[in-house]
Amino acid sequence: MITTTDLTKVYRTGERDITALDGVNLHVPEGEVYGVIGQSGAGKSSLIRCVNLLERPTSGTVTVDGADLTALARRGSRTAPARRPTAELRAARSRIGMVFQHFNLLSSRTVQGNVELPLEILGLDRRERAAKARELLDLVGLADKARVHPARLSGGQKQRVGIARALAGDPKVLLSDEATSALDPETTRSVLQLLRDLNKQLGLTVLLITHEMDVVKAVCDSAALMSNGRITESGTLTDLLATPGSELARELFPVGGEPTGEDRTVVDVTFHGGTATEPVISQLSRTYDIDISILGAAMDTIGGRQVGRMRIELPGPFEDNVVPIGYLRQQGLQAEVVTAPTAKGAPVPTLAKEGAE
Amino acid sequence: MTWDEMEPLLTQGSVDTLYMVLWSAVISVLGGLPLGILLVLTDKGGLLQSGPVNRIAGVIVNLGRSLPFIILLVALIPFTRFVVGTSIGPTAMVVPLAVGAIPFFARLVETAVREVDRGIVEAVQAMGGGVPTVVLKALLPQALPSLIAGLTTTVITLIGYSAMAGAVGGGGLGSVAVTYGYQRFETPFMLLTVAVLIVIVTAVQLAGDGAVRLLARRERATT
Repeated sequence: MITTTDLTKVYRTGERDITALDGVNLHVPEGEVYGVIGQSGAGKSSLIRCVNLLERPTSGTVTVDGADLTALARRGSRTAPARRPTAELRAARSRIGMVFQHFNLLSSRTVQGNVELPLEILGLDRRERAAKARELLDLVGLADKARVHPARLSGGQKQRVGIARALAGDPKVLLSDEATSALDPETTRSVLQLLRDLNKQLGLTVLLITHEMDVVKAVCDSAALMSNGRITESGTLTDLLATPGSELARELFPVGGEPTGEDRTVVDVTFHGGTATEPVISQLSRTYDIDISILGAAMDTIGGRQVGRMRIELPGPFEDNVVPIGYLRQQGLQAEVVTAPTAKGAPVPTLAKEGAE
Repeated sequence: MTWDEMEPLLTQGSVDTLYMVLWSAVISVLGGLPLGILLVLTDKGGLLQSGPVNRIAGVIVNLGRSLPFIILLVALIPFTRFVVGTSIGPTAMVVPLAVGAIPFFARLVETAVREVDRGIVEAVQAMGGGVPTVVLKALLPQALPSLIAGLTTTVITLIGYSAMAGAVGGGGLGSVAVTYGYQRFETPFMLLTVAVLIVIVTAVQLAGDGAVRLLARRERATT
């Protein structure tokens, strides 16, 4: 639904060039909620703003719903100032909804007036606009606030208005630029739930960027990790959790505890659905006659699935524990040896690979 | 001077002043509003970024702003005569008043429009709005309270300028005050003229403030 190819964005500030996007290839499948996570400055904001060309990419292409937006933006007068959008690009934008961290509602208009604005741009007449706006406000649960000005609304309500406004052009794609970052946890949950519902009800593809892992955990089907203008990892959450050494998985599912040392081997065991019910740990202990200590454990629902992760410590160095780890893997679990933090992110390990044999 | 002598002079003076101020204010809005918006749009990072246009507009505004009004008044006499056929009387004075006030109002418009949150502009662009839509549906409505405050300031400045216009045969309260109060030493009459000017200025300020307050309240109100 959304595809970016070799997308780069370089900001020229005087002498220095700042590369915000460094060859980003992103693919968001239709009907998914896709999260891009990264720290501030990682380039995720530039990325989402390049998707509807609020920022002009320096090079690369953006395709949304089959239309090459980067080509649309160039069509017509090549000499026009770079920021001036062509009619084709504006038409394409009206079919891409966008919600913002700070809502960006017009304080001069009522809630209904705000939702009607994109409809005015689309050229609907007064009656059609009013009907559509009411319908959208109903959808986001704010039908009773139509005649109120945004200043009277809470943050969560404002974002719901923002979402209703974004849906006015019947978009297939919704871009969410840190939509919940200005909201408290409770409101964040309800807004995310709304996004999830819209995704299901309307088949809306949602691309959201966030710096909060909880957001990804709560609503996303897939996620990409961004740092220094590049996507370093991406995939469905289930796949990511099953990927040894995945930084995203580790972030999604933090479990505490010291890494492997001279006299002990620390292993992260991840289990999905069915395997969660098997008493693997006690079987492991009995079969190999070893003492296992559990350093940390968590169960959670990620991407709508029950997932658990446990960090366990086995006595002795890794070499002594190859067989028990192999046993865990045979049970269909994902077992990953935790090495010292210096090796974090690096292709964990030859060690783990050996263990897999 | 008796009240009976003063009254028609004051009435005519007030009418002339209001006439000059009203028309020059209308022209200032017609000229200053587009000029102010142009300054914002063509500025660096603006929607129609253009260095040359921005510099030219900036120079025009600065020129107009830096010239003392009394000089402008005299310097514009040939132009005024060309436009309205005469250089004296209230109608002739509308020309220099408007020329003086356009750059003044343009700066105030620029400041007001610049204060509109960039995010709102971005939101309208994301909906598929072009530059005219951004200006008409977002920038101007959002800046309306500041624009009205700016207009109030401009009108009051015009009232002051119009008194100066009296010195070069422009008519209005300024002319009445100079002719009778200053040149004929009718101090009470001059004070009365000043009092009338104070009343007019206060009324304008109150009306402007009231309009701004009304808008602000509407934005906070439930309906």
